[in-house]
Formats: sequence, structure tokens, C-alpha cells
Amino acid sequence: MCKCNGEGPKSDLTRLNTVLEQYGDTTSNLITILQKAQDIYGYLPKDVLYHIAEHLGTTPAEVMGVATFYSQFRLTPIGKYLIMSCQGTACYVNGSARISAAITEYLGIKNGETTADGLFTLENVACLGCCSLAPVIMINGEAYGNLTPEKVVKVLKDIQAKEGAI
Amino acid sequence: MRIIIGEGSCGIAAGAGKVHNAISALMTAKDSFTLGSTGCIGMCFLEPIVDIYDGKTLVRRLVRVSEKDAENIVNAARNNDLSLLDSITIKPEDEEFLNRQTRIALRHCGLIDPVSLDDYIRADGYQGLKKALTTMTPEQVIEEIKISGLVGRGGAGFPTWFKWNACRQSPGSEKYLICNADEGDPGAFMDRAVIESDPHNLIEGMLIGAYAIGASEMIVYVRAEYPLAIANLEKAIAQAREANLLGENILGTDFSCDMRIKAGAGAFVCGEETALIESLEGKRGMPRLKPPFPAQKGYTDAPSNINNVETFANVAWIINNGGEAFAAMGTENSKGTKVFALTGKIKKGGLVEIPMGATLREVIYDIGGGIKDDKEFKAVQMGGPSGGCIPAELLDTVIDYKALSATGAIMGSGGMVVMDESTCMVGMAKFFLDFTARESCGKCVHCRIGTKRIYEILTRIVNGEGREGDIELLEELCVAIKDGALCGLGQTAPNPLLTTIRYFRNEYEAHIRDKKCPAKECTALLTYSIDTEKCVGCTVCARKCPVGAISGAVKRPHSVDTEKCIRCNQCLISCRFGAVNVR
Repeated sequence: MCKCNGEGPKSDLTRLNTVLEQYGDTTSNLITILQKAQDIYGYLPKDVLYHIAEHLGTTPAEVMGVATFYSQFRLTPIGKYLIMSCQGTACYVNGSARISAAITEYLGIKNGETTADGLFTLENVACLGCCSLAPVIMINGEAYGNLTPEKVVKVLKDIQAKEGAI
Repeated sequence: MRIIIGEGSCGIAAGAGKVHNAISALMTAKDSFTLGSTGCIGMCFLEPIVDIYDGKTLVRRLVRVSEKDAENIVNAARNNDLSLLDSITIKPEDEEFLNRQTRIALRHCGLIDPVSLDDYIRADGYQGLKKALTTMTPEQVIEEIKISGLVGRGGAGFPTWFKWNACRQSPGSEKYLICNADEGDPGAFMDRAVIESDPHNLIEGMLIGAYAIGASEMIVYVRAEYPLAIANLEKAIAQAREANLLGENILGTDFSCDMRIKAGAGAFVCGEETALIESLEGKRGMPRLKPPFPAQKGYTDAPSNINNVETFANVAWIINNGGEAFAAMGTENSKGTKVFALTGKIKKGGLVEIPMGATLREVIYDIGGGIKDDKEFKAVQMGGPSGGCIPAELLDTVIDYKALSATGAIMGSGGMVVMDESTCMVGMAKFFLDFTARESCGKCVHCRIGTKRIYEILTRIVNGEGREGDIELLEELCVAIKDGALCGLGQTAPNPLLTTIRYFRNEYEAHIRDKKCPAKECTALLTYSIDTEKCVGCTVCARKCPVGAISGAVKRPHSVDTEKCIRCNQCLISCRFGAVNVR
């Protein structure tokens, strides 16, 4: 039974069945289950977390504790384009702060936020490992390197144009 | 003729996949040359890289290749006329980057197809395992590793044989061998390169370790941020199982062991071995109290041994060539080679593997080619958030565990980030403390709150609100955190701050007393003005200025009202004539 008191949108919990069948026999698979759940829903809705807790026979607090501990897990939906802004040392010394500032200024979103039109989510991430291209961002898996504030705004504008948002 | 494209993560980010597709699209069934891929060649600054082989010989190395070059490459291979490719061929001075290296952990990287077991076996793969299983006892394997002097490459530098032996001696029939591939140091990517480019080498090294300690299962804990590494390792594991290199009765012996991958979920503290075990068990990655050590009570309370990727990457070579051959390289305290990820303000960034005992100067200048734009070298950061900044006067420090620790930095896992005169050292310390404050698991009060307080004080200082006594207060906090934290993350978190205070105290004083940033990086401490000679009065800066601090008529030199200026840097960024001065 769902215990989320009707908060938030209802998720289709049946989509999780195969994951729980495969991994749901032990709490030691909790991180794997959450990763698979996030692949399915795009984020971790509250009712899904309750459902996982109930299936594993553990408390929602335990599941929530793990879901909030690891930076990979998201508790809110993300935009169509996930901008991962590299916070590695090489990017830092090559001016990543200016890149983040330019994104924030242009889109009006800070780290962890999503634009009102649901197009972009900005996420500061640990080193992406493309250090020789620093400063780097990655949008939906594609890396953009050797960025300047102007270049990054152009990248965003190109996506907006493609999506008919400007 | 074979065309081989370097398709590690760095190469792909630089466009290697597009080059591969472009060449592939131009090839026809009649072509006698082949197209293939390899992992990370290690010369990130030249990516994408395409190698042309004639048999086993590398006949051309093409660099910074783009899709536009695909036609030329195909024509050159078709007509056997490599002169078509002269303009994109590597320059002799850039070849020095690899020529000066000694590659053991990286010995196959960039030379073989990572997901071809045949390639690996042709390169003497699994010979070390065969030798260990058929001619050596587990004790002899441990003895050989002891002779080699191999110590943990993850950062702590603990003797590998000792850990293996402790786990072997520990009572229990169920034992685990775990590989720590949660490479979390920002600016480090050595382990990723090994897994992506030579996954069988990791499997072989781990199998030898598992045989030595008597483990029945091996687990690789990999960062989820490394999708290509996970994919290649998954393929390699499947191939190894197929070839009876994993599973029951490996190579027809009594030894049985299997392997699985566990993807991490993004927590730096999970690089600490007991936190990693907690995470493997599906919990929040919070370190445990030691003792008991993992060798006694580790994963699911069974004896467990944890080593880092690079450590395992050396093992098969040591068994093949003997511990003495490995110990012949290096210094008295530090044997063998070490891999570094050379990045930052460096001309030639990439993966560097050199024997211990080389100097930092050799790595940065002879291999790395010196500082970008020929600026002045200021410091090199080693060991990430647990390490420190080594200044110019210590550039001749040798790469050796003891010598590096004496500087206040550490060998670390191999991140080497070079900084020039434009990097503010107070800002650098703030960057790392921001990182550790966010990554602290919260278990120990000093680490959880102390790192946060340090970050707040440093933020105040870079904003021009530093006070007399701040440096002493920071030092006091550092001591408290070192004493009061349970695990390596907390105990070493103050290092980036302590080393910058030690070597760059004048920069802290300039921020606090004179409200100046010598590196001109802390915007709050800068004064903006416009050079009336250079300003053409285009009005762009005045329009960009969010607070109306810039005034001037069209086609007349503008000026900045420093009272109103909020130092947002917009004028400097927008000026196309270099007329904005910052002091």
C-alpha cells in the first residue's frame, strides 16, 4: 500500500516489477535497485521509494537515507537536456566557475534546478575525466570542451533553436 | 594495413567516434586495410589520435584528427601513400611525451583492442596467471609481491603483500577480493584509463591476488560516472568466463573464482575502504571504525582485501618478470613506476607513467612541455582533496612516497594538476574545502562541521572580509579535524589548506590585510577601469553592466564608477578591444 499520503504524482509501480524480481531479495542490492528505478522513471519519485522499502521489508527512512547520500540519485524530475558541469580541478583552474555563471545567467537556473519550460537541468558533477578539454560540460552524454562563456551560451542557444524554444 | 583509432573517454569526448564513423562510411568491401579501435593512448592533448599500422609496426600516428581528414586517411591507406597525411602526423617533439615514459601498469593501453581477448593474449596476457596457478603456491605469490616492493597505488601506499598476507592468514572459508575503482579525486583518471583500455589486465591481476589470499569471489566497485569502463569490463568478464579464465577450475586447476561489477552512485568517501564495503552492502557509505580491519571482518563480515586498480594492473607484470625486475626501478622507499594524470595549465596533458625517483620538473617540463602560454609555474597539486600544493622552489622533489609527504602533499592516486601565476591559492584551498565539506559523510563532527567552517572563513577571505587572526583560526581548525576524524577523508581534508598556508602565506595576508588578490582571480578584490586609449566607445560594456556603473558617450572612451561596480566581470568578458583593465 502506498504510504505517501497522496503527495506528488502517482507513479506506475508495475514498471518496477522485473527489477524487484531480479534484485529485490536482499537490502544489499538497494543501490542497484535505486539505479534501475532511476533509469525507469528518470528520477526517484517518493511513492517509488516507499514501494521499494516495503518490498525489501525495510523502513522508508533507510531507503531515503541511501537515496539522499549518493549524488547520482535525484528526487525531482529533470529536464529534457541534462547539463553536467564538470567541477574537477583541471576545469576549476581553467575557469569552470565562469562557465557555470554564464549558464546560470543565461538560463536562470542554479545547480540542481530545472528551467520552467522543462528543457534544461543544471547539475554540477564530479570530474568528467576529459581534463585536457577543460573547462568541459556534458549535455546528454555529449562533451563540449575548451569552453568560454560565449561558447557555452551558443551551445545552449543551438539546442533551444533545435527545440523551437527561441 | 590497419587503421586504429584511440577511443578512450577522452578521445571520444574530442570526437574520435565521429572520426571512426566517417572513415567507416568511406570504406568498401574491396578495401584491403582494416579499421579498429584501441583504448586510451594517453596523449590527451593530441586527441583524437589515429594510428596506422603495417603488420605490428606503427607507421604513422595522426593527431587532432577530424571528420574532414577521413577521406585523406582512406585514400592514403588505399593507395599506400602516407605522405598525404603529413600535415596531421605527430611532431617529433610530441613523440617525446611517450618516449620518456616507462609503461608497466599502462603497458597495453593504446596498443590493443580493449575488448579483444585474443589481442590481450597475443600481448602475453594471462601468462602471469598461468605461471602463478601452475608453478607457484599462494605463499610464493605473496613473497614475489613482497620482493617487488609494490605498495597500494590508491594513495595510502600500504605494502600490498602485507594486506594480502593478513587476509590469507585470517580464518574463514569465504573471502573476498575487492577492487577499488571509485576514482573520485577531481582531476584523476588513471584507473579509468586502465579499465577502459586494458580490462583483462585488471582481471588477471585480481585473479592472481584472489589465488594468493584464497578468495572465492572478486568484486569491482566502479564509479557510475565511468560508463565506458563498466561496459568494457563487462565484456572482458564475459570473455574470460567463456575462456575458463573465470569460474570453476580456472585453467584446469583447483582454483575457482568469479567476478562481478558493482556500480557506485557518486560519493567520494566510498574510496575509503570501509565506506566502500558499507556501500557494497547497499548502505550509506559511512566509514567503519578500524580495527577490525577488512582483512579480518570486511564485506559481509568475511575477510576481505581491497586494492586499487593501478595496484592490480602491476601484478601480472610482476609475476611474469619477477619481483626483482620491478624493484629494480625506483628509489629506496618507492619501487616500480607510478601513473599520473597530468592536467591543468600544462601544454601537454595526459597520462604519464614513469619510474619512481624522477623529479616533478621532469614530469612537468620534459614530458608535459611546460606551462600553457609560457606563463610562470606556480604550483602543482598532487593527491587531490587529500593532498597539497607543491610550489616552484620544490620542483626538484623526487617522486617518492617519503619525499612527497615531506612537502605536505602526498603521492596520492596520481592526480597532478598544474597551476600558473593566474591561479589564486586561497581560491584553490576554498575549491578543495568546498569539495570535502560536500563529500563529508557526516559521521564525525569535526569533519562535518569543521570543513564547513573552514569553507565559510575562506569564502569570507576571498570576498575581502578577511580578519586578522583568520590564518591562525584556520590552522587551529585543521589540527582539530585531523585529530577528530575517523577516516582518511577527514584526516587529510585540511592538507590543501595547510600546504597553501605553508607555501603561499603571503597570498593569504594580501587578501586579509591589503584586500588584494595577487593572482587577480578573486573578483571581489579587483578594481575595474577602462583604458581610454584602447576604448572605441562601442557601448557594449555599458549595456552589459547590470548596475549602470559604466558611462560614456557613443564613440567616446567610457569609464567605470568603482563605487557602483559590483565586479561581475561582464565588462571584461564583453570587451572586444581589450580595453578593460583589472587590478
